[in-house]
Amino acid sequence: MAGEPLDAISGLAPEPTVRPGVLARLSGSFTLLILAGVVLVFSAINGGRFFNPANFQNIAVDAAQLLLLTVGVTFVIITAGIDLSVGSVLILSAVVAAKVMVRYAGEPAEVQAYQFPNQGTAIPLGLAAGVATGLTCGLANGLLITRLKMPSFIVTLGTLGIALGLAQLLSGGVNVPNVPPAVQQEIGLRELIAFEVGGQRLRLTPPVLIAFVVAVLAAVALNRTRFGRYTYAVGSNAAAARRVGIDVDRHLVKVYGLSGLLAGVAGGFDLLRFGTASVGSHQSDNLAAISAAVIGGTSLFGGLGTIGGSVIGAFIPAALRTGLVISRVQPFWQNVAIGAVLILAVFLDQRRRRVEERM
Amino acid sequence: MDRVETARTDAGRGPLLQARGIDKFFGPVHALKHVDFEVREGEIVALIGDNGAGKSTFINVLTGVLPHDGGEIVFDGRPVRLASPQEARRLGIETVYQDLAVAPHLDAVANIFLGREYRLPGPLGGLGFLDRRRMRRETEEQLARLRVRVPDLGRRLVTLSGGQRQGVAVARAVMWASKVVIMDEPTAALGVAQTAMVLDLMRQVRDNGVPVVFISHNMPHVFEVADRIVVLRLGEVVQELDPRRATIDDAVSAMTGSIRSVAAKGGHGGR
Ligand SMILES: Nc1ncnc2c1ncn2[C@@H]1O[C@H](COP(=O)(O)OP(=O)(O)OP(=O)(O)O)[C@@H](O)[C@H]1O
Ligand SMILES: [Mg+2]
Repeated sequence: MAGEPLDAISGLAPEPTVRPGVLARLSGSFTLLILAGVVLVFSAINGGRFFNPANFQNIAVDAAQLLLLTVGVTFVIITAGIDLSVGSVLILSAVVAAKVMVRYAGEPAEVQAYQFPNQGTAIPLGLAAGVATGLTCGLANGLLITRLKMPSFIVTLGTLGIALGLAQLLSGGVNVPNVPPAVQQEIGLRELIAFEVGGQRLRLTPPVLIAFVVAVLAAVALNRTRFGRYTYAVGSNAAAARRVGIDVDRHLVKVYGLSGLLAGVAGGFDLLRFGTASVGSHQSDNLAAISAAVIGGTSLFGGLGTIGGSVIGAFIPAALRTGLVISRVQPFWQNVAIGAVLILAVFLDQRRRRVEERM
Repeated sequence: MDRVETARTDAGRGPLLQARGIDKFFGPVHALKHVDFEVREGEIVALIGDNGAGKSTFINVLTGVLPHDGGEIVFDGRPVRLASPQEARRLGIETVYQDLAVAPHLDAVANIFLGREYRLPGPLGGLGFLDRRRMRRETEEQLARLRVRVPDLGRRLVTLSGGQRQGVAVARAVMWASKVVIMDEPTAALGVAQTAMVLDLMRQVRDNGVPVVFISHNMPHVFEVADRIVVLRLGEVVQELDPRRATIDDAVSAMTGSIRSVAAKGGHGGR
């Protein structure tokens, strides 16, 4: 026997290996099917009014902000955690960014008169302050979760409230006034690349480019680097990760920090797109981002998820919204549809787990 | 990763790994009572005992997973402080834990290299990029050398059977161990044929010069491979048996305490 291969531990052994069933395999491409379905239905109803490059550009602009949040939340959920605070952190970051811009763009009297002599430094400074705010919130989440050994659900529910409250205190509950319009006109709407397609002028703007680059980098990091591998390992079996010497707490702090950082960048997008920090919106962005990640195949139980899935998941609400508007249907139906899709996605995820896991 | 080929019998040296007077408390529970235990060159030593006897706790202490409250661990003649499992691993001690400690969502290669990933050379490696090809190749080479086959190295362990998953955990330990392999119930989830293969792998590892600590409830398995048997009962080492002379009944009564034999069969008796 000594010379024989150890078939005991091989696939040729009598014990059968588990093959995922049809449903399970379907759920892999489920998200793409949903998105394709949305596009198809609206194209069928509206023809060229939906299915045209300019409209897709609008969808991309619309999805960019949610995409950033979704990417961050995807990392968190893969570690079997949750980040409920991203929407509030986005708002706080936007308010901080706007406040810093207003403060440093010129003397108060000048800013009141809509003159911004120092906007060249104030705008980058404000954007950086927003990103730093997001990163700080994320790191705080990670430290609270790992140091106090508290569930991420509770900690980020707490920081959701704290960040939102701070944003409201800072802004007085209204959109920050007197933000230099250059942040929107010169940066947010700047045409990086413009080209003609079928008589329509398409432009690539910084938010879309940033979101695209972030998504690509995130996908590479998740698949090709040790950081990504540890993210899966921690979510798959934190105790096992600890045993092999992975500093799980440190890794979690980084992951929540990343989520906060991306929420900070998304906060900057508010200024780039709307020229102000919109305090009233974004309060359900956390749930939108989590839904997008889960619809995209990220498992709330941890260990599973891809950036590709999340990107598609983040595009579904935007595609639905524009589609409904173009079809002159109340856009509020979007919430109904997303909710139904979410339930279906989690159902399929559970089916998949039941098939796969016999632990 | 190459293993130091040591001669099987070098009586000149003391034990490779030794625990002296280990005490461990879980609150008021005295889980390990002054445990003395040693692993000698070229042997398979079995550690047996009933449920709750303290076997896993002892292994956790021995491999740095749990701190202990008294006694010392001596490795290669030097007292060592094992504050974490990595420190044990750095000494060349590999463990198959009773709870396996694999990441089921990762594939076999990722699990085998978990915590010691190879990174690409150059700046990409500095950014944390993994050298996946090299890890895969080395896994294939090592498993071939050990004559262990894992169904599909690229498949996530969730899609493997319990026995196959256990195989990956065993392969990981055997592949990296240069000094000692510890296996806590490695055959628990295995069928008859597969168990025989793991027992055979243990002999192979021992014959390559790496001693094995084998924890099991299964007396026939223990008597089949062990060179020496240490019995733990209620946190105490109560007896040491020589499997060539003792019977399974002796072992069972030592484990359950139905007969507390003071006359040792193999080595020193109960304290
Ligand atoms: N983390 C812990 N906290 C409190 N008590 C513990 C802990 N771990 C183990 N014990 C106790 O220590 C004793 C020894 O447990 P241990 O798991 O080492 O037994 P074992 O010999 O490995 O048993 P089994 O054969 O079931 O694996 C038991 O009484 C158990 O209840
Ligand atoms: Mg045990």
